[in-house]
Amino acid sequence: MKRALLWLPAVAFVGLIALLASGLFTPADRTVRSALIGQPLPQFALPPIVAGMPGLASSDFGKGEPRLINVFASWCAPCITEAPVLMQLKQAGVKIDGVAVRDTAPALERFLERNGNPFERIGSDVNSRLQFALGSSGVPESFVIDARGRIALQHVGDIKAEDVPAILAAIRDAR
Amino acid sequence: MLAEAGLAALWLAAALAAFQLILAGAGVARGSGEAMAAVRPVAIVQGLLAALAMAILILLFLRSDMSVLLVATNSHSAKPWLYKFAGAWGNHEGSMLLWVTVLGLAGAAVAMLEQRLKQPTLIATLGAQAAIALGFYAFLLFSSNPFARLNPAPIEGNGLNPLLQDPGLAFHPPTLYFGYVGISIAFSFAVGAMITRDVGPAFARAMRPWILAAWIFLTLGIAAGSYWAYYELGWGGWWFWDPVENASLMPWLAATALLHSVTVLATRDGLRAWTVLLAVVAFSMSMVGTFLVRSGILTSVHAFAVDPERGTFILALLLIYIGGALLLFALRAGTIREGATFELVSREGALVMNNLLLSVILGVVLVGTLYPIAAAALGVQLSVGPPFFDKTAGPIALVLVALMALGPLLRWRRDDAGAAVRRAAVPIGVSAATLAALLMLAPGIRLLPLLGLVFAAGVAVASVAPLWGRNLRRTPLFTYGMVVAHFGIAVALAGMASDSAFTKETLVAPRPGETHRVGPYRVTFEGVFPAVGENWSALEARLRVQRGDGDAFILRPQSRFFSSPPMVTSESKISTAVDGQLYTVLGQQDGSGRWQLRLWWKPFVTLIWLGGFLVALGGALSLIGRVRRDRRGVVRA
Repeated sequence: MKRALLWLPAVAFVGLIALLASGLFTPADRTVRSALIGQPLPQFALPPIVAGMPGLASSDFGKGEPRLINVFASWCAPCITEAPVLMQLKQAGVKIDGVAVRDTAPALERFLERNGNPFERIGSDVNSRLQFALGSSGVPESFVIDARGRIALQHVGDIKAEDVPAILAAIRDAR
Repeated sequence: MLAEAGLAALWLAAALAAFQLILAGAGVARGSGEAMAAVRPVAIVQGLLAALAMAILILLFLRSDMSVLLVATNSHSAKPWLYKFAGAWGNHEGSMLLWVTVLGLAGAAVAMLEQRLKQPTLIATLGAQAAIALGFYAFLLFSSNPFARLNPAPIEGNGLNPLLQDPGLAFHPPTLYFGYVGISIAFSFAVGAMITRDVGPAFARAMRPWILAAWIFLTLGIAAGSYWAYYELGWGGWWFWDPVENASLMPWLAATALLHSVTVLATRDGLRAWTVLLAVVAFSMSMVGTFLVRSGILTSVHAFAVDPERGTFILALLLIYIGGALLLFALRAGTIREGATFELVSREGALVMNNLLLSVILGVVLVGTLYPIAAAALGVQLSVGPPFFDKTAGPIALVLVALMALGPLLRWRRDDAGAAVRRAAVPIGVSAATLAALLMLAPGIRLLPLLGLVFAAGVAVASVAPLWGRNLRRTPLFTYGMVVAHFGIAVALAGMASDSAFTKETLVAPRPGETHRVGPYRVTFEGVFPAVGENWSALEARLRVQRGDGDAFILRPQSRFFSSPPMVTSESKISTAVDGQLYTVLGQQDGSGRWQLRLWWKPFVTLIWLGGFLVALGGALSLIGRVRRDRRGVVRA
């Protein structure tokens, strides 16, 4: 009996190793899902920032067509990489609105001149209030808003070329 | 050339570790004195070579040699020298090299200093130490080479995560590593003694200073880490039961149990098999902790590399060392004579209870930490948070603390329960008085903090009881060590209970000029202003703070904004008084454009870390006391 007891630590250890190995070789699903998916957009009204372009308000959404909100900034390096992909989405017929985070008009105008302007409206989010309300923690980040004004998809980080089919599919489903 | 020299030193050290293992194995198996005599110098040179490699890596960081991949990815030429220096271990490869360096130097120290172990046991111990080192050398050389070159060399490096650029954090990892690696020595001692069937008081006395030293570093590392989280993360708490925090707490719990059981073995020749098992468990907890941190298997607030390949390597090492040691234990423990017996009511009995309770807490923390992995294996995603740990570990810890008050008042071998209770009359009286006072002065206090404060008062008195009626000048230093360490636990417990019972939190959205009261302070909000630093911009609140009729002063908590990577952090500002801390955090702007402000009054919260420091100080006094007595003993013999 006592002899058998001495094997207990070794047996427990084998169980521990099996558990750690299973954890190591079957990586858990680490996707962060926003709690806002399926929720209507929060109420907001952001002032315009670029001359000749309207600002952005929650009343602009839910008018029977899906739209893409792109949270970005002229000081954000990944946003430059993302710019051509956004132009590509625009050419595919996606309606895109911008939320410029902590930005200034001259810097933003230079950014759009250099990298292209895929946006129909751009709202100025001077102190990240809308960004936080959307549950977004960094730039760039994008949200697909469905035809009834609810958040259908949150994309964290820049949209890469390989993400385009998924975004287009989400836009299609959001009609 | 320098990086190549470092790599060469590392290879040479690895080769010597292999040689050391073979020499020790052959020497102990054949009883060859010549082979055994050669082990000590090899162990010393191996340790020095590892230290040379580490010194070279530090030099490469200080010189900002961007042709070395590790330097280029983790450093920047414009960084202050302290962070260049600490940057050498502020990354995976460097920290692993530091680990193996401490391991090698500790082995060299054992080879040079250890006098009392029988030669075969000492040599077997050094062999086990070489085996551990060999695994980590292989890890470095085959999967995490710190000296890899980068061609072409970039002009400038990436820099260090700004959150890590804090003096506290620069020295937090080495402190913990000294602790982890010190426990590896205890493990090697246990393996060596099992191989030569030499588990006894002499072995325990030889092992004890090493456990003490490791435990002091672990205690300091945990206390410092907790204070860093408290002031840097801005959430007002000091312990979150995060997997990485648990990774350092678990070896500490095991080492604390080991520290007490080894005392029973050294003074009374009891608990032989148990002490050996604890040494193995303590080291396996530091290996499991390393695995959890380095493999990215658990999601944690600490940002570490997610890397299954390295995880596999550490898992293999874990399997070989701990599996091997437990196998050895299963085969040999039956042949270890059980040693002296004792009655239940005795100093030994109290220490056994201490060990059981610490083991239960360790089990609870381990299960809580690993449960998400087990759930994931079954396809369920969940996390285990502070409420689970508080509810399970908290009450057990209180029982343990009560026992801690009683234990040192008991006699070795056998004691009379009635007499023991009479000796405990004063602490029990103080506890009762505290209970009555708290119920009168703070009605509605929750049960757990109430018990915490009552026990803290009792333990504080009981912990100095071993000094009553003794000649203080002839009392050994290690008795003072025990008194200070136990008193430190009481101090820390008082801080924790006071923080949880009496903290006042106020969340306000003030207009400029508005004044709010929190605890004994009046805080006037003067507005939010921009501020700029080296690599961040911030919005900072100006708060005029006044206590009673005292002088007003300004606190400026910030909402700090980093652009690469884009990240907003809260920089809390804290004002410390004798009886507590005022803790201020600037929150977000609310719907109407006003700023949220979080104000905490935390009475006596600093006692938590003061207590932690006292516990470590007590450990240091014990260590000095033991080493001095040993010296004298050796000279006399």
